[in-house]
Amino acid sequence: MKSYFSSIFGRSPVSPLQHHMAKVLDCAEALVPLFKAVSEGDYNAVATAQQRVTDLEREADALKKELRNKLPHSMFMPFDRADFLELLRAQDRIANKAKDIAGLVLGRKMQLPEPLVDPFMDFLNRAIDASRQAKNTVDQLDELVETGFRGAEVEVVQEMLDKLDAIEHDTDRMQVQLRSLLQKLEPRIPPVDVMFLYQLIERVGTLADRAQQTGSRLQILMAR
Amino acid sequence: MEYGVVYLVLAAAFGLFMAWGIGANDVANAMAPSVGSKVLTIRQAVVVAAIFEFAGAVLAGGEVTATVRSGIVDAGLMEDSPEVLVFGMLAALAAAGTWLLVASKKGWPVSTTHSIIGALVGFAIAAVGWSAVQWGVVGTVVASWVVSPVLAGIASFLLFRSVQYLVFDTPDPLRAARVWVPVYIGLTGFVIASVTLLKGLGHLGLEISEAQSYGYSLFFAVALWLVGKGLVARIGVDPSADRDFHFASVERVFGVLMVVVACAMAFAHGSNDVANAIGPVAAVVSVVTSDGDVTAQAELPLWILLLGGGGIVAGLFMLGHHVIATVGSNITQLTPSRGFACGLATAGTVVFASGFGLPISTTQTLVGAVLGIGLARGIAALNLRVVGGVFMSWLVTLPAGGILAVFFFYLLMLAFGG
Repeated sequence: MKSYFSSIFGRSPVSPLQHHMAKVLDCAEALVPLFKAVSEGDYNAVATAQQRVTDLEREADALKKELRNKLPHSMFMPFDRADFLELLRAQDRIANKAKDIAGLVLGRKMQLPEPLVDPFMDFLNRAIDASRQAKNTVDQLDELVETGFRGAEVEVVQEMLDKLDAIEHDTDRMQVQLRSLLQKLEPRIPPVDVMFLYQLIERVGTLADRAQQTGSRLQILMAR
Repeated sequence: MEYGVVYLVLAAAFGLFMAWGIGANDVANAMAPSVGSKVLTIRQAVVVAAIFEFAGAVLAGGEVTATVRSGIVDAGLMEDSPEVLVFGMLAALAAAGTWLLVASKKGWPVSTTHSIIGALVGFAIAAVGWSAVQWGVVGTVVASWVVSPVLAGIASFLLFRSVQYLVFDTPDPLRAARVWVPVYIGLTGFVIASVTLLKGLGHLGLEISEAQSYGYSLFFAVALWLVGKGLVARIGVDPSADRDFHFASVERVFGVLMVVVACAMAFAHGSNDVANAIGPVAAVVSVVTSDGDVTAQAELPLWILLLGGGGIVAGLFMLGHHVIATVGSNITQLTPSRGFACGLATAGTVVFASGFGLPISTTQTLVGAVLGIGLARGIAALNLRVVGGVFMSWLVTLPAGGILAVFFFYLLMLAFGG
């Protein structure tokens, strides 16, 4: 004897999405030990750390595909299916960028010039903060469903998104400072390495941008 | 009347089987929200359902039973051959019971209401012709099948929105919940009590005026409100759960309300669905006891209502566990605040329909209520393809019940040489 009443409820896509975001954040956070190994010049540790970032990115990818397969068009959700998939994609792009950064560092066996180490680490940590804040907002999605996407909870999420914007703004500022610092160091470093250091700074900035884009996607999903 | 006793025994047996099937099958859906949101254990759900199903059947099941018994088929056309009416009613019960059995074995969605109405119409057409069907009544009944999910959907939407407005969208949702949940409990009590008193009790020979009905209902509501306040005050806060999900403690307060609504659901279900089993039984009993007078306006004997209520409870105790376990584990999205909105909307709609003597499908009404919450953006995922399939299968149930009824009707004619 089976019951059909329960089968009209689809699997909630909310917690898998949050699970994916948690994995994405793990992936971004794995950049910290990688750069720590870089500043210590331990290239075995760099390789290990890069492998860890790649593995986490692959796991996030698998979660993304699994979630996509669980969303047939017949699923009626409190948000637009396309918006949801865009949010998922935005999350995934954070992990892609982290993997990209890790690959660049290992591939070119990059080194950070001594004066750059501390400001760069601050910059990286702030960019990861953006991902952390993005995760915090995505974690509010079940509360949003609970309140039917209305009222005080929407304000709470809105404030969190504003904070995310502020963090991203910080990274922009830090990026400018880092560039000018690097410019002063240029004469002492091989030109090609300089080029790639600029690249690296650029990509970490993009990491923060993508966290912010995730927030924007959540905002669009909320405001149906 | 020849074989009179045999007909009576057969009718009682078939009716009991049908009631048993309703108890085993439908009740699970009525209890699902409360078990799904872990407010009641399965064991508690079975006990609560049993008590209130029985109460609903006996206290408020009369009107609907009258409709099923004499509203669908024009018995006047069978005045010369009362056996035909008896065979038809027995056939309808056998058909609906069989269909119920097959469908639940296969896991198909099936509505007992739809199958019994389909069976009655099928038999009337086969035995006498199209004229024997009271198309006006059938039309009203079918219209109520469309109206009831819509009505429940609108009601659940509004209830859900009121919960948003009064509780969730406040600076301190937990405090608001402690204030408003007892009010909702009182409201639930008022809705159920007033409709029951106004419409249902006539069959028990209790005559009370409208003003008295409302007075009693109000008194009942206030009493429930006070009890609710006492219960809600005892619900503690769970800080660890709240860290993970801010509204966890609020939902725990709503859990108290869920229990009350579960009782109301069971009561409503009993009041409406018992008729599917005992309406035809009552018709047979009326013909046999009045010695072949098919149009006798006899009172509905209380023992028939008790038989139906008893059958439902028996089915519930034997198979309810199993079915509720299957359903409950899959409905985690109906948190207490949503389950309450669905449950009260459904119970209100069903009791209302019962008062007007309209046999409607409880599960169909519940599905309508769930869709109402979905439209209020309150449910994370609803599978519309399944919903469509469920509604389709209810349509298929009508002819299936009809064809089976015709088959059983001729079988009985052969057996008793009618």
